Order: sequence, then C-alpha cells, then structure tokens
Amino acid sequence: MYKYTIKRILLMIPTLIGAGLLVFMLMRMIPGDVCEIRLGGTGLMVDKEQIDICREGLGLNQSMAKQFYDFAIGMVTLNFGDSMWTGRPVTEEISVRFQLTLQIAIMATLTAVIIALPFGVISAIRQNTWVDYCIRLFSIAGIATPSFWLGIMIILGLLIVSQHLFGEPWMMPIQFTPIWVDPWANLSQTIWPAVAVGYRYAAVVVRMTRSAMLEVLREDYVRTARAKGLFEKVIVNQHALKNALLPVITLVGIEFAFLIGGLVVTEQVFNLNGLGKLFVDAVLDHDFTLTQALVMMVVSVFVVVNLLVDLLYAWVDPRIHYS
Amino acid sequence: MAVNETYIGIQDEPLQDRGWGAVAIDLIRRQPLGAAGGLIVILMIFAAVFAEQIDMYDPEVNDFGAMLQAPSLDHIFGTDEFGRDIYSRIVHGARTAMLVGFTAAILGSTIGLLIGVTSAYFGGWVDNIVQRVVDVLIAFPSIILALAIVIILGRGVGPVIVAITIPLIPNCARVVRSSALAIREIPYVDAARAMGFGHVRIVLRHISPNIMAPYLIMLTTFLGQAILAEASLSYLGLGVQEPTPAWGLMLKSGAEEYAESAPWAVIFPGIAISLAVFGFNLFGDAMRDVLDPKLRDR
Repeated sequence: MYKYTIKRILLMIPTLIGAGLLVFMLMRMIPGDVCEIRLGGTGLMVDKEQIDICREGLGLNQSMAKQFYDFAIGMVTLNFGDSMWTGRPVTEEISVRFQLTLQIAIMATLTAVIIALPFGVISAIRQNTWVDYCIRLFSIAGIATPSFWLGIMIILGLLIVSQHLFGEPWMMPIQFTPIWVDPWANLSQTIWPAVAVGYRYAAVVVRMTRSAMLEVLREDYVRTARAKGLFEKVIVNQHALKNALLPVITLVGIEFAFLIGGLVVTEQVFNLNGLGKLFVDAVLDHDFTLTQALVMMVVSVFVVVNLLVDLLYAWVDPRIHYS
Repeated sequence: MAVNETYIGIQDEPLQDRGWGAVAIDLIRRQPLGAAGGLIVILMIFAAVFAEQIDMYDPEVNDFGAMLQAPSLDHIFGTDEFGRDIYSRIVHGARTAMLVGFTAAILGSTIGLLIGVTSAYFGGWVDNIVQRVVDVLIAFPSIILALAIVIILGRGVGPVIVAITIPLIPNCARVVRSSALAIREIPYVDAARAMGFGHVRIVLRHISPNIMAPYLIMLTTFLGQAILAEASLSYLGLGVQEPTPAWGLMLKSGAEEYAESAPWAVIFPGIAISLAVFGFNLFGDAMRDVLDPKLRDR
C-alpha cells in the first residue's frame, strides 16, 4: 500500500507539468496580448512605445523559455504573482470568487446525493417495473437538459410566480453575501443555481447508484443473506448499499472536482461572479498569470480528488495495489 | 435471477428470418426506451436533412413587422426579437446540431480509438507517454480548452467542431486502451505478427475491429455530449455565429431580455436541445445493452 501510494503521488507530477505547459502554450497562441487590449480598448491612437513599456512591466518582452521558467518557479513556490489585467494579487482575485463557487458546488452535491441515493436504490430493487422506468426517464432527462436552460426556466418561473403572488417580479440578489453574514440573502441567491446544476448531477449519480446496486444484488453474499432469511430491508441497507457505495463516492468526488472549474455557463445565466466567470474573463483579457493560476488550481483539485479516490479503492480492495 | 434469465433467453432468438415489421415490434418490446430514442434520432436527422422542405419561413430573414409574436397559426412557435420564425430556426438549428454533433463524435471516438489501440499495442514507453498526455487532457478544464481553441482558430462551425472534438479524444482513448490491452494478449495477434504483417495492418485490421463494442458505445455517448457542448458554446457566444440558426444561440439572444415577455423564445429551443440529447442518450443506452452483455441490466 505504501509503495502504491508513492507511485500514485509521483504520477501526479507529469500531469501537473503537462497541464502547465499546455495552458502556457495555449495562452501564447491566442493572437494579441493584454497590453494591446488594455491600451487599444480606449479607442484612442496608441503609441507603440506605451505598449512596449507595458509589456516590459509585465515581463512579456522576455523569451518564452524565461517566461515559462518564471511561471514554473512561481507555481512550485506557491507565488502566483499579480493579475496582468487588474494588477491585484492572483490569490486575492481567486479567493473572493472561490467562496461562491465552492458553496454552490457543495449545495449542488448535497442536492444530488439526497435525491440520487434513494432513487438509485429504489430503481435497482424494483428493476424493470414502472417505478424503475420513471426514475430512469427522470435521470436520462436530467442528463439531456442543459443546466443553463434549466437555469433560465427557473429564473422565468420565479418571475412569473412572484408576479402572481406579490404583484411585482422578484429578482434574486446580484451581490454575493457570505452565508454567515446574512444566511437568507445568501441562500436566496445560491439555491437556484445549485438546483439547476444539481439536477444533472443527481441524474448522473442515480444511474451510477442503480447500476452498482444491481451488480451487488447479484453477489453470492446477498444470496446468502437472503437464504439466512434476513429482512429485505437489512439486506439492502447493510449488505448491498454499503458495497455499492464505492463507485458512487468516486463519481461524486470527480463531479465535485469538475464543478469547481466547470460552472462557467451556469454562472453566466445567473449572473454570478464566481470562478467560472473569472476564468472566461481571464482568457478573454489575455490575463496570462491569472489564467495559468486558475488552470493549475482546477487541475490540482482534479488530480488530488482522483488520487484520493484511487487510494480509497486500493485501501478497500487490496487486489488493486498488488497488481 | 429469474427475470435476467428470461431476458437473455429472448435475446438469443434469431432475428433474421422475420420481416422488418416483426423485428421492429420485437425491438420495441425488448428495448422500449431505446426504440423511443431511435425514433427521436430519426426525427432529428430528418429535420436536419430536409430543413428547407419542412420550414415555414427563411430562418435568417428578419421581419420587423412581426417581432416577438406569440405562437399562432402563422408562426407555430412564435417569433424572436427580429421577427424570425422560431419553428424554422429550430428546424435549421437541427442541421447545425447534427452536423457538429456527428462530426465531433465520429472524429473524437475514431481518433481516440486509434490512439488507444496504438498505445496498448506498442506498450512500453510509447504507452507511457501517450497515457501521460491523456491524463493531462482529461484533467484540463474542457470548457477553457474549447474557449482557447475557438479564440485561436476564429469562430464558426469548423473551429467549434475542433474545440468540441479535442476534449472527447482522451476519454475514448482511455476506454479503448483498456479493452485493447486484453485483445493484444489473444493468440491471433501473435499469429498475425508471425505472418509478418506490419504494425499498421495489425492495429487497423486485427485489433481495432475487435474493439467495436466500446468504440460504438463511446460514439453514441459522445453524440449527446457534443450536441450539449455546441449549445453551451453558442450560448456563451463562442460557437456558431449569428445569423446561422443554432439552438444555443437562440437561447443567448432570446434569454437575456425577452424571457418574461416572450417565454416561447426560450422554451422551444431548450426543448429542442433536451429532446435531441434525450433521444441520443436513450438510443445509446439501448445500444450499450445490446453490444455489451456484461452491462445488459445496468
């Protein structure tokens, strides 16, 4: 187990280096740079000299190798530098938005798990009945419905319902309030995107729970439990569900990691100032330092979650690390 | 389990000796959801191919005398803020969605197949390098990858297809590789090598055909994903550009300002996206059941 852990941790390194190289090259391939956009954006005649001064200030006139070296050293020493667009420290730019995205990701995960576990289990134990068909339709529909469209529908629904109830349309707050400052204002803003994302998330988890349960329910130990005359409830909860949970936990972990970097479209719909919006803005502004730091952060979250999942598997099932 | 045995029993009956009607009825009985999915898929392809024949108006022509009209007999799904007929734009949008969806899914899964098989066949350092690249692409946030590609290549259908295809490739390569590792050990591969066949021939003619099941499963899964990705990119303004009709684009222009006064402008394109992806997913599930007996009851 010790050797396996070391091996898995070492395997993270090439992934991180590769991701760093990829984002570095992608950003340099985009035509134009932050100085041209910032100075050209005013619409006035820009003189070449000013752009050069700006480039020099940001270190953009240095060779690619030197720039990459600085970036790599910055990452290793956890010194992420300043945003090229706003000039504020990258960590500051990220941490403000991270709260919002993290909170929505957590709420969406809770929504998904609360819906998905009972549905998945019921669907498996009532396989090929109308209950099963309904739950499967519900989950396939969840995967098919774009969460940004569901978001638009929720906003529209809220407008129409509030118009009927209070006589004036209700709009969710635009300014983010941390939950410990004003829980009501916070929840009235975050619950809707969490539901919009949570539905698709739940749909994916229902399918995984169902298939894992179906597999486990055919195992010999379940048959033994039945032969012993145990109550079906005990068999499902104690014998089957516990063993079926592993792939479900894996999926929840990976989906969660994905949400941290993947809420781009949903944030756009709900007009939220989270990581996804920051990400898109950073790329569009050619903000190299910020984009690079964001990519490395999202990739690190993904890689670490994957590592934890693999170690969990190896710990539960010793056959894995012996092979 | 009794249910399972009878299920497999039905599956083993020969299909060939009966007419098409009987086969279709049989399919509906065995895979009712899959048959429904197949019907939706056929409908979408039909709309994409015969868009000019079944539309009611030119989808790109503005009519400022008929802006934001509610659904009526003249415009069955209403009109958008430029007076364009939403039904006609949805029908033509199906063409964009199918074009991008099929091209990206076929390219993504085929390139993934070749990479996966090659990686497994050669093993050693080739495999190691390919797998590390695959790791990077899987960990990389795909929407940012797509965004960067679209900015570099410019906007329009071609760049969008590239932007959607690239994130699909590593997923397929990984699945195919694990299947190919098993195939590589089967004696006929050794036999082919002993016959003196080259690597290219062994990879293309001997290993790849035996990985058709996971390949087709990935392909059908990708169809739905690609259609959704196209809609998302267009919605963000990074995909297909106006005035080309595309479902995601219709939500972008309709959603922001007109949602409350003209809900039809956002409801129908969304239903079109959901229905298409829903159909492809149902169809893909049924396909997986048929192709992969181990997963049959999942």
